[in-house]
Amino acid sequence: MREFGYQRVFDVSGAVAQLAAEPGARYLGGGTNLVDLMKTGVERPARLVDVSRLPLGRIETREDGGLHIGATVTNSELAAHPEVRSRYPALTQAVLAGASGQLRNVATVGGNLLQRTRCGYFGDVTQPCNKREPGSGCPAVAGEHRNHAILGASEHCVAVHPSDMGVALAAFDAVVTYETADGPGGAPSRGELPMADFYLPVGSTPHVETALPSGALITGVTLPPAPVAAHSRYRKVRERASYAFAIGSVAAALDVREGSVHEVRLAFGAVASRPWRAREAERVLTGAPADAAGFAAAADAELAAAAPLSGNGYKVTLIRNLVVAVLTELSEGASR
Amino acid sequence: MTTATTGTTPPAEGAHGSPHTRVEGPEKVTGTARYAGDVPFAELAYGWLALSTVARGRVRPVDTASVLAMPGVLAVLHHGNAPHVNTDYAGMLGPPDPTIAVFQNDRVPHRGWPVALVVAETSEQAREAAEALVVEYEEEPHDVAFDAGRPDAYAPGGPEKPDVAEKGDLAAQLASSAAVVDEEYTTPEEHHSPMEPHAATARWEGGRLELVDSNQGSAWIVNELAKLFSLDPSSVRVRSEHVGGAFGSKGVRAHQVAAVMAATVLQRPVRVVLTRRQMFTLTGYRSPTAQRVRLGADADGRLRALEHDSLSLTSTVHEFVEPSAGVARVMYDATAHRTANRLVRLDVPTPTFMRAPGEAPGSFALESALDELAEQCGLDPIELRARNEPETGPVSGLPFSTRNVLACFREGADRFGWAERDPRPGIRREGHLLIGTGTAAASFPSRAIPSTAAVTAEQDGGFTVRITAADVGTGARTALALVAADALGVPTDQVRVRIGDSDFGQAMIAGGSMGTRSWAWAVTAAARDLREQLALGGSVPPEGITVRSDTAAAIGALTETERHAYGAQFAEVAVDTATGEVRVRRMLGIFAAGRIVNPLTARGQLVGGMIWGISMALHEEAARDDASGATVGADFAGYHVAANADVPHVEADWVTDVDPDDPVGIKGIGEIGIVGAAAAIANAVWHATGVRHRHLPIRPDRILRAEEDRAGARRG
Repeated sequence: MREFGYQRVFDVSGAVAQLAAEPGARYLGGGTNLVDLMKTGVERPARLVDVSRLPLGRIETREDGGLHIGATVTNSELAAHPEVRSRYPALTQAVLAGASGQLRNVATVGGNLLQRTRCGYFGDVTQPCNKREPGSGCPAVAGEHRNHAILGASEHCVAVHPSDMGVALAAFDAVVTYETADGPGGAPSRGELPMADFYLPVGSTPHVETALPSGALITGVTLPPAPVAAHSRYRKVRERASYAFAIGSVAAALDVREGSVHEVRLAFGAVASRPWRAREAERVLTGAPADAAGFAAAADAELAAAAPLSGNGYKVTLIRNLVVAVLTELSEGASR
Repeated sequence: MTTATTGTTPPAEGAHGSPHTRVEGPEKVTGTARYAGDVPFAELAYGWLALSTVARGRVRPVDTASVLAMPGVLAVLHHGNAPHVNTDYAGMLGPPDPTIAVFQNDRVPHRGWPVALVVAETSEQAREAAEALVVEYEEEPHDVAFDAGRPDAYAPGGPEKPDVAEKGDLAAQLASSAAVVDEEYTTPEEHHSPMEPHAATARWEGGRLELVDSNQGSAWIVNELAKLFSLDPSSVRVRSEHVGGAFGSKGVRAHQVAAVMAATVLQRPVRVVLTRRQMFTLTGYRSPTAQRVRLGADADGRLRALEHDSLSLTSTVHEFVEPSAGVARVMYDATAHRTANRLVRLDVPTPTFMRAPGEAPGSFALESALDELAEQCGLDPIELRARNEPETGPVSGLPFSTRNVLACFREGADRFGWAERDPRPGIRREGHLLIGTGTAAASFPSRAIPSTAAVTAEQDGGFTVRITAADVGTGARTALALVAADALGVPTDQVRVRIGDSDFGQAMIAGGSMGTRSWAWAVTAAARDLREQLALGGSVPPEGITVRSDTAAAIGALTETERHAYGAQFAEVAVDTATGEVRVRRMLGIFAAGRIVNPLTARGQLVGGMIWGISMALHEEAARDDASGATVGADFAGYHVAANADVPHVEADWVTDVDPDDPVGIKGIGEIGIVGAAAAIANAVWHATGVRHRHLPIRPDRILRAEEDRAGARRG
């Protein structure tokens, strides 16, 4: 293991100033992913700037009725928060479907969004990987890719984003807030990115994963008010009953009025390099009858763009079945 | 949560002792038990293995200058400078796997082969330097593609272990059979994955080579190291006090040999510990198998023909056979009977013994095929097995010592509620789930290997047992205390058991379900002799009175019979055909495994084996990448074993199983628990869904594909 520096910071301006001064540094949140990757040599930061003690650990109700979740809120705190549980239940379910109790107690919201793919080639420094080593190639396209992308991938990278939490955030139009040291004279400067723009398309640059400016620190996530979210559900499928990443997941919220879909939110996990908001399916469904045939047609509309590899075509079926199952459950009135 | 029964069946006749918690339990739960990687040494240096990044080729001369200049680095061993070792010998398991003879030449036979050892003052320095070491290769094309149709497959054989056994006219019997099953089954590459990684510290002390190790048999390691380094066995001592799991993987491996080399070169203690990722290439694994089973039967289910052909792989440098076809030689007879274990050699690490080698994958294929035959014949699967109980060993012709497999089925069927089972598949719905149950038979050989033991009567009235046994987490130390206390006629707390030290003499390893049977035999013999001596009266001198035993003659005098443990496995599963998720709801295993020494740890062994079966059926699989020859996802995020949530309710119990002609009566329970477990689960998945799954693990994508195929067939 390489030697690295470690520095604990207590205010946001100090954190962003530190990274502006030292581009080889990385922010350390709960460390549940970054530290593992440092052990295996995938990540080799010169310095860790520990942001876990920044005053970003609160969940607050905003004037407009939405929620602001601080970046250092742990997964456990997020999942247990009464406002989240009652108004965005799919978010609680998504968080609780991930990792283990111990990991959720230290993993943070900001870190969750920035965790890296679990593609086995990415995690092995003796293998080529365009995400880890641009231009070295992607062995997953012809190799082991059972749990790789069916949507939005490219020949350069077919890895999937592993977050469960992010899928629910995508469905609820969350906005990521951040700070940089880009203000005049290195002063702090604030910015925000909606989830739809937060992750970049894969294209030929899979190593550039987010639209965050260099050195930016995620300060939180804002959930706009969304009455439909109170009637939502997250369903995750994995290859064992717990403690595994999704092979397919769906976050859905549904408002049915007089048998027709008044409003619907749909996002998929483990199908793309980012949480996949299924806007085409939402468009098809809105105003359509809320029945199994309608749900399936909406899923098919979204999945028409799917380009599965030789060994992951089952994900198309899986997501379609999940959409039907989850929306059927929601339309039947069950709210969990 | 796993629950074990509290023993509703009466204890088997002759079963001694009440449930006893582990004698070293307090040390383990308080963290004071020291494992091999924890034992402190003055002047300890740390070695880190650098592994090949190509699957086949030659290592070019290694330039070590820049690495030697790194902080703390003491030495770099590689094929250009390492001490010579001798591999021209036959050890306990035959000639050594050349994989352990590290740095002897420039050949790379598989990816992840050790090409250098970097030794430094700290583990972190050694690791950083090993990862910085640039090793160049003359790469050659490799071949790691395993499949049933390999034209270069062969049957290795030899008089000791015939790999093909046949009698009768298979084609003719199949042709005259009313029911025929002819199917292919596959199992994937599986890894032992003990919690404790392999770790060894070597040092020279007073002219002796000492190793603090984590292994399955310290005397075994001594014998191998003595031959490799041309030493007298008496000048080598190996200790292995606590072992955090082994399952067949903890014999002589590259890290011990490399540690001895470095300790010899540097003349200071050197420790080498493997990472989880390194364990995937350096500690052996279970070969994938491609098995074909052909069964021919009369309409009443009586077998006329049985063929079980199994292909497994091995490395290009050593022959290891996963003998999956062997289980049919014990379980079922037929007029025509053919079993064959074949091999193909690929550019991969050498596989090795892994919990129930042969029986685990073999029983999946054979017991699945039996279930398919029962379906064809319209027979209950248990009745089919009852109709095919052999009188004598199907291949050997020898009598069975005991054979209580039907007693297991009767007891298990009763407790599982088998009589109420509707045999029709695919008809039980609970919401979106399909429910099914399945069963399968289990067997595992019960052998013994000559061992020595010493029992000492101490002056304070206590007793000390010394034997080079290994407690790999099974509770062997505790079992031997119970056995010794019984034989001595004293309370268990008067007996102290010392194991895991090669200076205690030759003894069987913890392997092949033979450990407790072999050790208990030796301990009992010494204890009985000591008890007789003490009965003569007289005082105990300060050094105590020690009696030694050697079971070679007694084991040699055993009548040759078919000696096996048996079992019946039952499983209930729930399948969500929309998502492909299969979950085991409950399992029951009833076993006939001779005398059960300690019911508490015995249940742990049997339940643990059955949970291995759940993992084998639904989760475990190492993915080997054709292009690189590497395992992809070689860690516990990529290699899944059952999590607690996958193990809802598992019960194990046993029936009376007494062989009056056997002097110890213990059969061994380390492996029987996994045998048949995967088949019972696969048979339950068929019963739930109506679709046969012949390829393990039964993953969600396989369930989904099967559903699509079925829907397609219905449409077509």
